[in-house]
Amino acid sequence: MAGTKAARAGAPAVSGDGAVSGARGGDAEFQVELLRTMLLIRRFEERAAQMYGLKKIGGFCHLYIGQEAVAVGAISAINLATDYVVAAYRDHGYALACGMEPRLLMAELFGKATGVSRGKGGSMHFFDAARHMYGGNGIVGAQIPVATGVAMKIRYRKEGGVVLCWFGDGAIHQGSFHESLNMAKIYNLPIVYICENNHYGMGTDFRRVSSVTDFAVMGSSYGIPGSQVNGMDVLEVHREVKAAAERARADSTPIFLEVLTYRYRGHSMSDPAKYRTPEELESYKKQDPILIQKSRMIESGIFTEADFSAMDVEFKVVCDESVRFAEESPEPELSALHQDVYA
Amino acid sequence: MSVMTFREALRAAIDEEMARDDSVLLLGEEVGQYNGAYKVSQGLLEKYGPERVIDTPISEEGFTGIGIGAAMAGLRPIVEWMTVNFSLQAMDQIFSNASKMRYMSGGQFSVPIVFRGPNGPAEFLGSQHSQALQSIYAHVPGLKVVAPSNPADAKGLLKASIRDDNPVVFLEAELMYSWKGEVPEGELVIPLGQADIKRPGKDVTLIGFSKPLRMVLEAAESLAAQGIDAEVVDLRSIRPLDEAAIYESVRKTNRCVVIDEAWPFASVGSHVAWLVSRSCFDDLDAAVELVSGEDVPMPYNHSLELAAQPSVEKIVDAVKRVLYA
Repeated sequence: MAGTKAARAGAPAVSGDGAVSGARGGDAEFQVELLRTMLLIRRFEERAAQMYGLKKIGGFCHLYIGQEAVAVGAISAINLATDYVVAAYRDHGYALACGMEPRLLMAELFGKATGVSRGKGGSMHFFDAARHMYGGNGIVGAQIPVATGVAMKIRYRKEGGVVLCWFGDGAIHQGSFHESLNMAKIYNLPIVYICENNHYGMGTDFRRVSSVTDFAVMGSSYGIPGSQVNGMDVLEVHREVKAAAERARADSTPIFLEVLTYRYRGHSMSDPAKYRTPEELESYKKQDPILIQKSRMIESGIFTEADFSAMDVEFKVVCDESVRFAEESPEPELSALHQDVYA
Repeated sequence: MSVMTFREALRAAIDEEMARDDSVLLLGEEVGQYNGAYKVSQGLLEKYGPERVIDTPISEEGFTGIGIGAAMAGLRPIVEWMTVNFSLQAMDQIFSNASKMRYMSGGQFSVPIVFRGPNGPAEFLGSQHSQALQSIYAHVPGLKVVAPSNPADAKGLLKASIRDDNPVVFLEAELMYSWKGEVPEGELVIPLGQADIKRPGKDVTLIGFSKPLRMVLEAAESLAAQGIDAEVVDLRSIRPLDEAAIYESVRKTNRCVVIDEAWPFASVGSHVAWLVSRSCFDDLDAAVELVSGEDVPMPYNHSLELAAQPSVEKIVDAVKRVLYA
């Protein structure tokens, strides 16, 4: 079971062949930055889980732990001045990878007025218009047409950007996915559809509910090229998304990527994840994206365990500060209830 | 003044707004090459090209959502639904995305988009193509809902809707497209949220909107012949609702009949009737009456389908009930 997935996920835990293509390729500083962002996401979400346990955060809280390489590898491959990110509800990782401030995100999780969405969005609705981060969307698959519309604007205005449209394996059977791919193709829209296959749509193994298990063929149905990417390797994700984004921009065309990944936690905080075996989870933790990247960097002599420890301490402080900021921030005024219903 | 049809008035509004603002696009089924399922968009493809007049596949959820994304990113799309019945396929996009993006992002996004198409029964179209769905859209905070009753209002309200920074559901009707009326020359923009007194009167207030307004005016004429002077309030905009205009009229006439061709259960009509009952309680000389569609799916047979809808007779009867006449 897990073996199948590991094999599909491809790359061995530590690969010497991690060179990044393009101008920043192989650049040590860049690799450190990738690791930093992944670790920030990991530590931020661990702290969020803790705060959830303390009932500082309520409702649905979907953690991204295990999948960090996907958001980080991909978003580091685009330029948010002209490109866009449209994501689903497991959105903490994309928000941090887009450069949104951890303390403003933590405040949003706490429902405070200082949160990125002024405490009215919550975990599933992180937005940052200035950074072109268009959510944070809670209905499975409903963001896919929206992302496609953003790509329509890029093409209409001849802006030369690209949209990264994110969704999970659970969303791929929604009509919104199929309608969007068809239209993106007929209108030649610059968009990369990224199916982040973490293997479970909530508690359902995707192989139980999908007529095909190689999602790349879903793109082919609409004349859209597709390929599979190992989502546990941040450099591979970066390389593949960079190539896809460049092609989408240059040819003004949609591209489809299936990124194979795995979430360590349940679907949301209330899910004990009894639908999978401890062995399966352990096998994935052995190819942890942070460990892979760290080991690779240590092996190539650009990073040390001491560097990692220092980084860890740094993010502990960031998380402490985020929680302190969230705790001390005011609740929204009751008058906020009626604000922003209409423009 | 010039006389034009309802469809020509809508077309003029779209044409003028597309000419003044290149962020305005039109997309939907058959809007381009076919010149519109009801010919509202006739000639616009030729004038503005396929980048701005965009034919879509039959994918209501998809193209409605594409419009929403384009609007969030700065365009001003007009999404034409071939009929509002088909918008039910796109409801999640309208409810979960268009109406909530601004609120749940803490005010970061606007969704300046118009969803438009024919709503309500026409003739012989059967159950699935004859639904009057205003109550569903009016239920949702974050949406505006507009329903003109004549060509001049159609033009002025559509132009205002296109310029509005919120998602607007703009309701037309198949049978109205060929209706003619006088439309003022030159720029005509009618602010959303202003009701219009289509006929002043002192004995009873008749409140309606969209297609049934014409039969409300006929009923008023019939009542005049019987010595009853009815005031007709055309809501024009359902959300925002011009409550002040409604109350002012009812406080003058002390009697009120609301006409809404939708089903009666939890409808715009029943809501307006409740508002009047609550806010004008001391001024009313009779309980508020509601003339609605019958609480049944629309039948095909013409006699039955007419019986399922409001009529001049039903309105006159309701007026006589509130007048104890």
